[in-house]
Amino acid sequence: MAVEGTANGLTAAPSRTVRSLRRLATPVVRTQGVARWLLFIGLFITLAFVVAAVFAPWLAPYGFAQKSAGGVPFPKRGTPSGAHPFGTNDQFYDVLSRVMWGSRTALQVVLLSLAASLLIGVILGLVSGYLGGWLDRILLLLMDALYAFPSLLLAIVFAFLLVERLGGGILAAALSLTVIYIPQYFRVVRNTTISAREATYVEAARSIGANRVTIMRKYVFPNVVQSVPVVGTLNAADAIGTLAALGFLGLGIQPQNASEWGYDLKRALSDVASGVWWTATFPGLAIVLLVTGLTLVGEGLNETVNPTLRRRKLLPVQLPGPDGEPSQ
Amino acid sequence: MRGASGSLPRYILQRLLLTLPMVWLLLTLVFLLLRVAPGDPVSAAVGDRLAPAALAERRAALGLDRPLLQQYLEYLGSVVRFDFGKTISDNIPITQVVRDNGGATLTLTLSALLVALVVGVPLGVLAGRFRDSVPDVIIRVFGIVSYAAPVFFVGLLAQLLFAVKLGWFPTSGMSTPITQFEVQPRTHVLLLDAILAGNTTAVRDVLLHLVLPAVTLGLLLCGVFIRLVRVNMLQTLRGDYVEAARARGLPERRVLVAYAFRNALVPFVTILGLQVALLLSGAVLTESTFNWPGLGRKLVDYIGARDYAAVQGIITLFAVVVVVISVVVDIVNALIDPRIRY
Repeated sequence: MAVEGTANGLTAAPSRTVRSLRRLATPVVRTQGVARWLLFIGLFITLAFVVAAVFAPWLAPYGFAQKSAGGVPFPKRGTPSGAHPFGTNDQFYDVLSRVMWGSRTALQVVLLSLAASLLIGVILGLVSGYLGGWLDRILLLLMDALYAFPSLLLAIVFAFLLVERLGGGILAAALSLTVIYIPQYFRVVRNTTISAREATYVEAARSIGANRVTIMRKYVFPNVVQSVPVVGTLNAADAIGTLAALGFLGLGIQPQNASEWGYDLKRALSDVASGVWWTATFPGLAIVLLVTGLTLVGEGLNETVNPTLRRRKLLPVQLPGPDGEPSQ
Repeated sequence: MRGASGSLPRYILQRLLLTLPMVWLLLTLVFLLLRVAPGDPVSAAVGDRLAPAALAERRAALGLDRPLLQQYLEYLGSVVRFDFGKTISDNIPITQVVRDNGGATLTLTLSALLVALVVGVPLGVLAGRFRDSVPDVIIRVFGIVSYAAPVFFVGLLAQLLFAVKLGWFPTSGMSTPITQFEVQPRTHVLLLDAILAGNTTAVRDVLLHLVLPAVTLGLLLCGVFIRLVRVNMLQTLRGDYVEAARARGLPERRVLVAYAFRNALVPFVTILGLQVALLLSGAVLTESTFNWPGLGRKLVDYIGARDYAAVQGIITLFAVVVVVISVVVDIVNALIDPRIRY
């Protein structure tokens, strides 16, 4: 039945995946004017970094910890040249390669930490908002306390504890960032859950005997989850910055494990006095570009999802003509 | 009596009472994270430098040999008395660390706040007023980029350009050694001490050192301010009272400042309180970039030394400062906007 239905089903009623994909794309399609441009520029920048991250082994000219090629050692703090377009740093590494490998590290850490905080935050938020009572109060207080804490300091404390135990790798860095973002998802999801709980459709579901888990999964969750993409992209932007900050303070990913932009900037600090500009500029620009790209995507989505900021194309008013047909 | 004047003290009292569980929770969190998790902080910090007997003595002095619950209660008790303990690596009271380095952090954060207000607020008003025009797009992109750029990268660029290449300002530090030698510490805020001593060369020296770090940290906040002011202006500019003011023929300047901006200020002040956390995080990074002798750099130093007691003390202090400032901001808000009190 299912196989037979696909030929007709696609034209008559799109399959579930197509429909949910379309719903996901709606905010992008509906954008207008400046918001649309900013959104597209942001998407372009973000995609460029994703490509660099995924294909780093093929795109980057050298490895992230490679000091020589074909038996010829790289120069120390070599100025940008044909062989090293972004120069080399104080450890003889090629800066361009490290920037490319760095985007891979950034992407891995951010995806891992966002997935973890989304999972924990959304589940806690749904449960807390739907069940209410003392559990809700305690969770709310805890999340408020975490949120009030300066996020970098929180990440520093966790990195301080985790780097020693898990080694200074991707996992330790991602987990240090996870804690920062849980409260935000928790709040968004909890508040929308509370308003959804009182909605008529949930009451209707309850009256026909749906149990709590079914209501949460099938009725509350799909309505709540719409606000997550905006928070998610903005958090991804923030996470890139925080990861780099940890690296800059020497608490992030250790250099032997992966290439990380913040760590490269920490090393560049000692190059500044001698006027060596390329070791700081290129990894720094990479951070700025990627964070800007993600922020533009988040802001663009927000302007279309958030009704108080939304601007829609005005439909031309069509007055019925004398013969009853609509005329311009 | 339910007059407006009667409800304000009640609101303040309520707000303060609500703060207590928050502070308690933060203290517990810091304690659990830093005291319970690691094996033995004393040997982690100075294990390679001291004899076993001296190590045991240090442990006893810090109360690490007592039961955990007792340690927890003692920690809470000492924080109430504003005693944040002693560092392990160099064995000095945290309060002394705060006294010696807090002034530098205060100077940096306040001047950065000033830079951000002076630059960010007018730009936000402009962007909101001329929505979707060319200036709006430029200002918004500037706001996004200045927030997106990590403070340490902006700091590095500023050092490269204004200190190394142009030589206008010193690269790092808070003053020359001569100033440090000449100015006697009285308030422990170097800039104030120099002013009090009437030493104009020292004042000039400190101010020159201050420019790059303050502007660097200020730019970070500036991006946030532009965004906040712009969004709030967009909302107030839609208000009926703005339309009414325009209909009465008031000049546009007055409509903007007295009607739209004044009402946009209330949500702005609320969110300003939340920016203290960002300001502190930024200060930690700015101080590390410019070798600024503040609490943030000290924290990073102690982390490097694996000094749990010092890290715990400084983090506790930061947490308390953030909560206290958020309470103050809420009270100021209640003064500005009577609706909040009810």
